[in-house]
Amino acid sequence: MHRLPVTKTPKVYIGGAFVRSESARTLRIDSSDGAFFANIPQCSRKDLRNAVEAAAKAGPAWARRTPYNRAQILYRLAEMLEARSAELVGSLVRFGAREGDAERGVALCADRLVHYAGWADKYEQLLGSVNPVASRHFCFTVTEPMGVVGVLAPDSPPILGLISMVAPVIACGNTVVALASEKFPYSAILLGEMLAASDLPGGVVNILTGFRRELIPTFATHAHIRAIYAAAGEDERKALRLGAAASVKRVRFAEETGAGWLAGSAQGLDAIRAFVEFKTTWHPIGS
Amino acid sequence: MPQARTAPRRTRARLIFGDLWEFDPAPETADPRLKPRYDLFIDGRFVRPRSGRYFDSINPANERKLAEIALAGPADVDAAYAAAAGAFRSWAATPGLERGKYLFRIARLLQDRAREFAVAETMDGGKPIRESRDFDVPMAAAHFFYHAGWADKLEYVAPGHTVAPLGVVGQVIPWNFPLLMLAWKLAPALAMGNCVVLKPAETTSITALKLAEVLQDAGLPPGVVNLVTGAGGTGALVTGHPGAAKVAFTGSTQVGKAIMRQLAGTDRRMSMELGGKAANIVFDDAPIGQAVEGIVDGIFFNQGHVCCAGSRLLVQEGVADEVVSKLKDRIRVLRVGDPLDKNTDLGAINSSAQLATIRRLVASGLREGASMFQPPCRLPERGFYFPPTLFTNVTQSHRIAREEIFGPVLSILTFRTVDEAIEKANNTAYGLSAGVWTDKGSRILRMSTELKAGVVWANTFNRFDPSSPFGGYKESGFGREGGRQGLLDYARRA
Repeated sequence: MHRLPVTKTPKVYIGGAFVRSESARTLRIDSSDGAFFANIPQCSRKDLRNAVEAAAKAGPAWARRTPYNRAQILYRLAEMLEARSAELVGSLVRFGAREGDAERGVALCADRLVHYAGWADKYEQLLGSVNPVASRHFCFTVTEPMGVVGVLAPDSPPILGLISMVAPVIACGNTVVALASEKFPYSAILLGEMLAASDLPGGVVNILTGFRRELIPTFATHAHIRAIYAAAGEDERKALRLGAAASVKRVRFAEETGAGWLAGSAQGLDAIRAFVEFKTTWHPIGS
Repeated sequence: MPQARTAPRRTRARLIFGDLWEFDPAPETADPRLKPRYDLFIDGRFVRPRSGRYFDSINPANERKLAEIALAGPADVDAAYAAAAGAFRSWAATPGLERGKYLFRIARLLQDRAREFAVAETMDGGKPIRESRDFDVPMAAAHFFYHAGWADKLEYVAPGHTVAPLGVVGQVIPWNFPLLMLAWKLAPALAMGNCVVLKPAETTSITALKLAEVLQDAGLPPGVVNLVTGAGGTGALVTGHPGAAKVAFTGSTQVGKAIMRQLAGTDRRMSMELGGKAANIVFDDAPIGQAVEGIVDGIFFNQGHVCCAGSRLLVQEGVADEVVSKLKDRIRVLRVGDPLDKNTDLGAINSSAQLATIRRLVASGLREGASMFQPPCRLPERGFYFPPTLFTNVTQSHRIAREEIFGPVLSILTFRTVDEAIEKANNTAYGLSAGVWTDKGSRILRMSTELKAGVVWANTFNRFDPSSPFGGYKESGFGREGGRQGLLDYARRA
């Protein structure tokens, strides 16, 4: 007898919970052969604001975690991803990726998380400094996370791009509101499920699905989003920069496209440096 | 259980100051060697502006004209960018050690002429000679000297990858530290191998153009540094020019936002050093005498024309009366007047426009119900002056507690607990600097961690050094100036 498979209702991961859009809107996504696959949330500006609130709430505690602890949590996330890599590869192939490409990309996702897990307790010694000032003061510069960072993931590769952008941002203590690829959102929904099973506290990474055109203006202007990391086209870049001016928001655009995300240069210390503030403290040295 | 702190029993004797003996005038007399007219500095030469137009630069201390300054228009800014672009290839290819040697030379030549530059700076901007002589000019030379040594060590700036210069950098600087801000901007840009088009503020162009003479004497190749003078219109031409690979701006948050919008849709880089409303926080265990000196230095340094000025004093309730009373005593003896007098503490306000801004915000403080204290002092009849001013009974919603006054006006608020101090200090859109006064080491580190500001001064205030990164959080801007961190903001990944 034929058994009817139990299909999943994909939901977005906001504040550590799986939710539908508050707007009750959904988007139909089809497999590359045209067959119906699922309805996913079409997130609204209100969903984005809710996600920012969750990210802001999770921020101080995440920033206070020790670097060693953040490193272990990122590594655990790599473990969760590796264990479900077949499912992740399947989710890419279903929407048109070639099997070999999907396998290589997913393997890199786990490796990239391992890479940034290792950075979490090292970047400070490379970016910070003790400053040899010409007076009797002890003067040192340390980094601090910026706060809530908005991430706009590329369509290609959808999941490696998203992970390559989110990992450096959270490795240094920021929290994230990410918008998944508009064309290939499903792998990001799976990532949300892996995040929930890792030890990452709820609200540190929030992933929305929906239309870029609808959500970009709010990403750009929301005053509590302190920085933007975006894979964006020319018009989107302009809109993001214009909106960012109102609250002097930091904006970084991903220069990688397509296969560029697979390169070793798509990861490293400068992606972390872009999402920290430098704080310099002075204190007199007693005589 | 915390012990209630009782007020000191003995009534403090009133201090008698100043009016027993009059100070003799002690003017600095070095010759500033000013020219009657300053042209633009483009491609290594002083050139007349295409428009043929000039504007007056006056001495804010007596409103007398000092010199005529060229007004740069679109054709002049184009010429400056063309000269910079022409010089870039060979400047960037010059070996780092050689590039550094030019900067060392500039530092030395500036030191040679330090007193002359200090007098010119004071006459042009109104700041006390004590400050231009002991702070602005030596610190400007120090910035060239520090960055000179980086030029042949750039492979150590960014671990893991090599760096390259960006190209031509457009820079716009403010009027509060004219020569020093120029040094902050030029030195790292040149050390990294960039060329520069820089616009000084329209009220304070003279020391920039005097520095152009130093650049000539140092033999700096033509076009590496180009100076265009003028007001906001010229500034917009510099920041909006398509020849700029990066725009570095120091000035108000309002103008910084306008530049960010102007550059939206381009891939030009930016760094922004914008306004501030720093909290200077005094805990009840602080060394009060030192704190009072730090508060005075924090708000009255350079007449309060300082983006990182400690303009919001937060005092713990138990010591508020004592601190305010000592502050009042202290500012009674501040000497306001002729900036060229070596005994002057507060010089002239930079311009009549800035004086009007200060007066407007002070009037709002009175209107909104804060209490004002100004010591009796005789201000010169001509020129732009404002007495040192304290406001008590200030609440967080008052304009004088929220907006940057950029003048010698201190708003005093109180707090009870550490958490309240942090909450109040961070309750601002700005985040440039903060001060903490306490004897407790762990509290200093806690405050330094929690305060959302780019620079935290603990038991000190207004300290600067070329090796120390300076710059803001939030709407105080982004990017750093000084140190390895600041240098990297003038580089791209090769």
